[in-house]
Parts: sequence; structure tokens; C-alpha cells
Amino acid sequence: MACNSSTCNSSGCYKGYEEEEQPKPNTKAAVNGGNSCQNLCVKCKVNEPVCCGIGGENSRFCKDCFKNNLYGKFKQAVTYNAMITPPDKVLVAFSGGPSSRVVLQFVHEMQYKAQKNYDANKDKSLPVFGVGVAFIDESSTHSFTSQHIEKAIEDIRLIVSNLAPPSKELFVVPIESIFSSDGIDGKERLKELLDAVSDVTGKEDLLSHLRILLLQKIASENGYTRIVLGSCTSRIACHVISATVKGQGYSLSADIQYVDSRWEIPVVLPLRDCPAQELNTLCSLDGSLKIVELLNGPCSGINGLVSSFVKVLQEENPSRECTIVRTAGKLTPFHFNRVPEIHDSNVPSATRRHQKRYTLKPNGSLSSDSFCPICNSPLKKSNFPSSLRSHGSQQNPDLFASACSSCQFQILPKDPSLMEEFLSLLPQQMITKAKHGDQGNFSLLREQIQEFLFSDGENEI
Amino acid sequence: MEADSKPKKSGARLCCVCNQNRAALKRPKTLEQICRECFYAVFEEEIHQVILENQLFKPGDRIAIGASGGKDSTVLAYVLSELNRRHNYGLDLFLLSVDEGITGYRDDSLETVKRNELQYGLPLKIVSYKDLYGWTMDEIVKMIGLKNNCTFCGVFRRQALDRGAALLKVDKVATGHNADDIAETVLLNILRGDIARLSRCTSIITGEDGPIPRCKPFKYTYEKEIVMYAYFKKLDYFSTECIYSPNAYRGFAREFIKDLERIRPRAILDIIKSEMVQSLCLAGGAESRFTKAWHWSYSRPKQ
Repeated sequence: MACNSSTCNSSGCYKGYEEEEQPKPNTKAAVNGGNSCQNLCVKCKVNEPVCCGIGGENSRFCKDCFKNNLYGKFKQAVTYNAMITPPDKVLVAFSGGPSSRVVLQFVHEMQYKAQKNYDANKDKSLPVFGVGVAFIDESSTHSFTSQHIEKAIEDIRLIVSNLAPPSKELFVVPIESIFSSDGIDGKERLKELLDAVSDVTGKEDLLSHLRILLLQKIASENGYTRIVLGSCTSRIACHVISATVKGQGYSLSADIQYVDSRWEIPVVLPLRDCPAQELNTLCSLDGSLKIVELLNGPCSGINGLVSSFVKVLQEENPSRECTIVRTAGKLTPFHFNRVPEIHDSNVPSATRRHQKRYTLKPNGSLSSDSFCPICNSPLKKSNFPSSLRSHGSQQNPDLFASACSSCQFQILPKDPSLMEEFLSLLPQQMITKAKHGDQGNFSLLREQIQEFLFSDGENEI
Repeated sequence: MEADSKPKKSGARLCCVCNQNRAALKRPKTLEQICRECFYAVFEEEIHQVILENQLFKPGDRIAIGASGGKDSTVLAYVLSELNRRHNYGLDLFLLSVDEGITGYRDDSLETVKRNELQYGLPLKIVSYKDLYGWTMDEIVKMIGLKNNCTFCGVFRRQALDRGAALLKVDKVATGHNADDIAETVLLNILRGDIARLSRCTSIITGEDGPIPRCKPFKYTYEKEIVMYAYFKKLDYFSTECIYSPNAYRGFAREFIKDLERIRPRAILDIIKSEMVQSLCLAGGAESRFTKAWHWSYSRPKQ
């Protein structure tokens, strides 16, 4: 069975496959360490190789095989995790960088193939999934010229319009639209909110939490059922290290799985097995994969330190990022780390069966009732007594008590007297979570004493 | 982020604990301004609390302190004997040193340990790789080169400590591993995919199912604070790194931890407390086979 992995060096793998196909020239070469193999693509053995995967000299591919290798990983992730099914409408989060360009391209190609099948099929029972693109304009948090931003947005429009048929709707949304503003200027409010966070890392993290909330808002308001992120192996490896360093070890496994359904619209990561280096190579090889220069400044604080650390490690050993992600993959995932069960008969039964099998994992999963209102990370049940002690009311939820320890330290204001003002600056979605967080805990408490309660004479909290 | 806790008063910074003496230093862990006496007190008290809360020792225990002559083990020996006296732990303390046979490094640091024996009045036992295994580290490096030699040394040292501890007939070995060391180890194990070690490396007591349990009283103590303590108390220690260490992979993690501490000092403790341990699914097989083999080697009669 041909191995899809470009970095697989196991002796039973591609080397054996080679010997089967071309015993005469290559057997000798394999024994000699592959000297003559270097002139042929390792996959098709026909074309000249033009690039290397992260396996270095052992993974020289021609352009097509290189792309197919990456596409294969993408397709496998999508199929195995039932990420995209015919009735879905997927929203691709597009930042302009190489990973999101590639994921957009691959999603488009998958949709294109599905469309062709649909057109050729007399029985039009299986619809083609819809695709939309969302670009979040964060220029208000940086000092780029408006020319720069307008040019970038123009480029993005061009990219999306070229990815048709089937056509895709593009949403260009400024980050400040997260605030359903009632006359207050969104930009001002965002600036005030970010200024209220003194820790540099906290500021960056808060911005990324706002980003995902905005994506949720766009998806939900426009009928999308999935959000696709281009997060690649490298990005996830950085997240593993930075979460460890910020004391978020408990919730780490929630963020790094293929599927994250704790949100209203499930978020999926189909490029989880693709290293950034290979995605970059693909973009430079393929002229049609134009990337838009990253508009956001480089990360500083802990996030910047971690990404330069991982980069150094990757240079020293190209498979380091994969190892980091694999290690973190050994952490028990949460119950929401899979797509919600599919009851739609339009979905091929093979997919439904596959998904059902996958969800019956023997090792089980962690369950969580309460989540941090700011970063939405699952909280350990031991947080529960502390939020009971909170004196928050429905009007003024005790934000501090319901937040995770990491957000308590790096995002929330140290001075309790500033908390109320901070609360007023947060977007509504976070406030609602803070309120419901308390109710979640009460329902957990109620479950424990349910058998002793009489149904009458209870005060509704 | 972290602001000065005390405004300057007539040009002098006051200690934030006693409010009387002038502050002599800023605590690396908390960035508080503190005078020397209060620093000693809070440093020693925190370790005392760690010992109590984790029930590291019980009265009558014979404890071997892994002593390399470096700052961690010197400060550990000093503080443990001090706390033993002050709080009546009722412990019998010994110094246990391992000679790996590294010229220009170990031979010098052993002189320091011999001085510690006299200075602290603690009996010293030295075990050497040459006697135990017939090899010095210098000879091993000549054979295998400079990559992976730390792995050999680490495995041999652990067994050497166990052998020495058995000869001394002690109940436990205490080592000077500090918060920075453990944070580095957590990172290293993530980078290398060593799940089995990842689940054990943050435990304050290890090897309880083995011949001699080991504990790390300095688990929550910052390396910088240990240095500061040794510096102000003018303790005698040997401060050079192992000559083979520049090639160690741990160097990457160490650099990163140092940079991290500059940005956010509490991150070191956050790594240690990261709670990943609870949610690891362990692949039982390989690890338990290894542990069994290790135990078997102890059931054979000793020299």
C-alpha cells in the first residue's frame, strides 16, 4: 500500500515499493543510499524533481506529485473526520498567507470536482457543498496606510473571483464589527479594549479570540455550517508550546484536534498534517497560488518567542514540528472534538458509518460543562466552587471568577476596580458566556442533588 | 504588567516585607523588592512549606543529598541542614557524590564537595563510574563521540546514585533539581515525544516503586534565586558547566526558558503546573517492560 507521508522513512515503505517497480537500476541504488534516485521524483519516478519535502533528500518531488501529496493529506483529513459533507456550507477563513491560500485552493478543487460529478450525474440527490471566504481586516489595530489595505483587499477579491465556478461569496469584515455597535464607534471601543490589556501577549491573544468570535458571527449570520482554518502543523506546534508556557495544559488538547465543535459553528483544521515549509514551497512553485502580504505585524511577547524557538528547532531537525504535534496528540481530546453526529440522509452512509466508528474511540474523552468566557477554553471542574463563591449578579457577572487562570493573569485587569469598565468594553458574546457560565455550574450542582429536591417550593435562580 | 510595589522614599527603596531595611534585591520569582534578611526568610520558608505540603520526609529518615559541588546541591545541603535543625525534621543527612570521571570538571567539583563535608558536618560518600562500571565518561565520549553522551551519563548517574544510596542505607535521595530544570525537562519531553517521561517528570517524588525514592525539594524554586541565595550567603560552590554540555540538546530548551523568564517570570511555574500530566493517555507496554527490567537488576546480590 503506497504511503502518503512524504517523510516516511521506514524501510518497509517507499524503498520496498521502488524495488518492486524497477528492480534493476534501483535495487542497487537503494543499497548505495539512493544516488541515482536523486534525479527522479520519488513518487512517479518519471519527472524531474523540483523541490524537497521536509524529508530532505529522501523526498524529492516533481511539482504535480508534491501538490498531490499535500492534497492527499488534506483530503484524508476531511474524509476521515467527516469535515465537509454535501449539505454543508463552509466558510474558509482567509488571511492572505500561504496556509490559508492553500486551504482555499484545496477546498475549491474539492468543490469543483463535486460540482462536475453533480453535473454529470442524472440523479441530482447529493447537493454540492457551498463555499464562502471571510477576510478579517485588522488594519485598525495596526498603522498601515489605507492604500496598502485597499490594494490587499483588491488582490483578495481577484483571487476569490478567479476561483469560480462554483462562485464563492467573499466577506471582508473589519475586526471592530465584533461589537454590535449602538452608535459607539467600533474602532474606538476596540482601541480602548486593547489598551486596557497591559500584557503584550494578552493583547495578542485577546485579538485572536475576537477574531474567532467574528468568524463565528459571520458564519452564523450567513447560514454557514463549518469554518475552515488553514492552521498547519507548524502553527499547531507553536500553539502547543505557547499553551504549555501559559499554563493552559488542561485545555490544550481542545485546540489542536481536527475538529472543534464547542463553538456554535464547528471549526475544522484540514491542513493539520501539512508543515508550513511544504505549504510555502507549494505557493512558490505554483504561480496561480498568489499570496497576499501579511498585513498583521510580527508577534511579540511570548507568541513571538515561541515561534522563533520552534523555527530554530525545525532548522535543526525538520521533523520536530510533527513530533511536537504528535506528542500533544496523545492528550485526551474533549467530547466536542468531533463533528456533531450526522443525521442527514443526504450524507453518504459510508461517511456516516465512518464518523460513527471514529466517535466510539475506546480511550474516551474529557467532558466539560464550563468554558472561559474570554478564550472559550474548557475549565476543569475544580474551578466550579470558586465561581460559586462569586457574588456576581445577572447584570454584572463575576468575570474574574468565571475566566480561566491564563486569561485572569494576562488579559483581565489586575485592579478589581477597573473590572467593571473592562466588562463594558468586551463584545456581547463574551458577556453572555460569562453569565451562562454561572448557570452551567448551577445546573451541574443541581444534577448532583436532583434526587433530594421536591419539584415545588423551589426558587428559580 | 509588573509595577514597582513601593514608591521611592527619600531616595531609598524599602523592603516590601519588613518595611524597615533597605531593599537589596528584586526577587526573580515575583519581582518584589526585598532586603537580604527577608529574602533568606522567604526563600527558606517556601522550601519548608513545599516539604510539609508534599510530605517529603518523615522523622527518623536517612536522607542522601545528591551533591555535585554545584550551586543547587550546595544550597540544598545548606538549607536542608538548616531547616532540619530549625524545624526538628529529625533527619539523618548525608552527602552522596558521583564521580563520572570527567577531567577538568568533575575532579574540581569533587574538591568542593569535600569542603562541604567539613563545612556542613555531613558525612560524604563518593561513588565512581570507574568502580561501578569500569568506564569513565571521558572514555565513553572517546568511544561514542559528542552526541548522546548525556543520555549515557544520565542513566549511569541514576544507577550510581541508587547504588550509593543502598551502600549508605538511606531511605530517600534528595536532588537539587530546580524549577528551571523541570520546566526544561517538560519542554524537552514534548519536543522529543517522550510521553512516558512527560507523565513523570513533574512529580516531586519519583521512583517510589523502585529501590530508593527520590525527591526534589527545589521543584518550585527558581534557579536565579538559588544563585542569589548562594551569592549573598557566600556559600562555597563550583560554578562551571560540564565540558560536554555545549552539545546537549537541552541547551535549546535552556535558552528558551531564559528568554521566557525575561518576558514573564511566572511562566516557569506555569509550565510545571501545566496539568497536561492528568490527561495523558499512556501507552503502557514499553514503559512497564523497561521498569521491570530495571527492578530485576536490583534483585541480584550487590557487591
